Amino acid sequence: MDQDKRDLLKGLILFIPAGGVIGALAKAVAAPAAAAGKEASARPETPGYDPTNHYYGMGIEVGKCIGCNRCVEACKQENDVPREPFFFRTWVERYVIKKDRSVVVETVGLKKEKRKEVVDQEDTLRSFFIPKLCNHCANPPCVQVCPVDATWSTEDGAVLVDKNRCIGCRYCIQACPYGARYLHPETRTADKCTFCYHRVVKGLLPACVEVCPTQARIFGDLKSQASRLVRFERMNKIHVLKPDLNTQPKVYYSGLDGEVR
Amino acid sequence: MRIPEQIRRLSVVVLIIVAGLLLTRYLVPASLVKQRVYRAASVKREIAREVRYAGGSICINCHEEVNEQKKKGYHKTLACETCHGPSAKHTEDPSAVKPFAPRERKFCPLCHEYNPSRPTGFPQITATAHNPLKPCITCHNPHDPVPPQVPRECSACHAEIARTKALSRHALLECTTCHTAPPKHKQIPRSVRPTKPESREFCAKCHDKGSPQKTAPKVDAATHGERYLCWECHYPHMPGEA
Repeated sequence: MDQDKRDLLKGLILFIPAGGVIGALAKAVAAPAAAAGKEASARPETPGYDPTNHYYGMGIEVGKCIGCNRCVEACKQENDVPREPFFFRTWVERYVIKKDRSVVVETVGLKKEKRKEVVDQEDTLRSFFIPKLCNHCANPPCVQVCPVDATWSTEDGAVLVDKNRCIGCRYCIQACPYGARYLHPETRTADKCTFCYHRVVKGLLPACVEVCPTQARIFGDLKSQASRLVRFERMNKIHVLKPDLNTQPKVYYSGLDGEVR
Repeated sequence: MRIPEQIRRLSVVVLIIVAGLLLTRYLVPASLVKQRVYRAASVKREIAREVRYAGGSICINCHEEVNEQKKKGYHKTLACETCHGPSAKHTEDPSAVKPFAPRERKFCPLCHEYNPSRPTGFPQITATAHNPLKPCITCHNPHDPVPPQVPRECSACHAEIARTKALSRHALLECTTCHTAPPKHKQIPRSVRPTKPESREFCAKCHDKGSPQKTAPKVDAATHGERYLCWECHYPHMPGEA
């Protein structure tokens, strides 16, 4: 029995380093393969586009929004967002502040019949539209909570979702304080505004900015002093949504009312 | 040396584990475990998505004359695709794919229907009262949408006042009886405004007891509410109601 125990210990002493050696060997063999993988992952963006030279954001001039919903329509067309009125990458909210200081918020519908165009004006103190979308936070809570590393911030400042990795656990949907994410009913993965990343890298504007009839939306590069967004930031008093959450949003509002949450 | 039975069994287990580790190392694709690889693939997929809105600058290449007209008018800030819809396919094959052109009456009110939440000064109408059933484009050119030369009636814009007046004792009076609208008012309504009566004497022309007008109710303009202007008590578009 004693003999057996001694053999066992000897065997283990031999065995553990042997495992280490095999592991080291495996690592040495795998290293070139990993290097090859690195080569393959060289930036696949459109030619001449370097994401490190850009950092995108959006400005919204609240006083110009007429609540026509052309941006929502364009976003749905460009990005195959489901037509149902509860799936949005961007949407427009209508705020009505009554004389008793109570606030009524409703999302402007796409179907005209369903819109309540006229509120009781006698009872209204002030009223306005607020376009909303993903804030592409510099400190995004949705990215922190993803358990499978399926959502991340790109170097040029967009927060994207990898549909192939997303497992549809909806944790990010819960974590977003702006309600900007939804679960796509067909892919069963989280979906959200991408700043129209596929357009932006080609030098086009996001679809919602492109079609806005009153130029209430301003898109631009925060790294370029000549961009419309930097000019917008220079010329206006800027506020962001829920600054107290330290999400550092990159959607900047001018003329934002204190009642907007 | 005799290898004990339990060592042999244990080594089988360990060999299976090592073999499994090595196999997963080489069989599981890098696109699943290497962050750089799966990120790059995801960005590639994102960029490869179809562009449906062509963007404003490309339209000008063919539709120069429309652009010349549009850029001088009130719709200069609109992109072509705001009204015509996503047209990237049209830019690829202009003859086969024609962009959408909204001609029905229901399209323009998406922006121009009166809505109290819209910013002050944005041109708005009440579609049910504004020349009902006529398509907007019979009077307004969407590429240069000035109000047509003469809105035939003041009621085209001032529908609420017209409806109120129609029920009042002033129903038979023309708007021009009390207001003079310069012709320019019909093109730039906010900059050139119509006149309004300014003094008690204006109402007194009909309502003073010495007035030659026969049907109007008469008061003594010299003593009736002397310190006040008439419309501080009587709303001229509904004068029955004090």
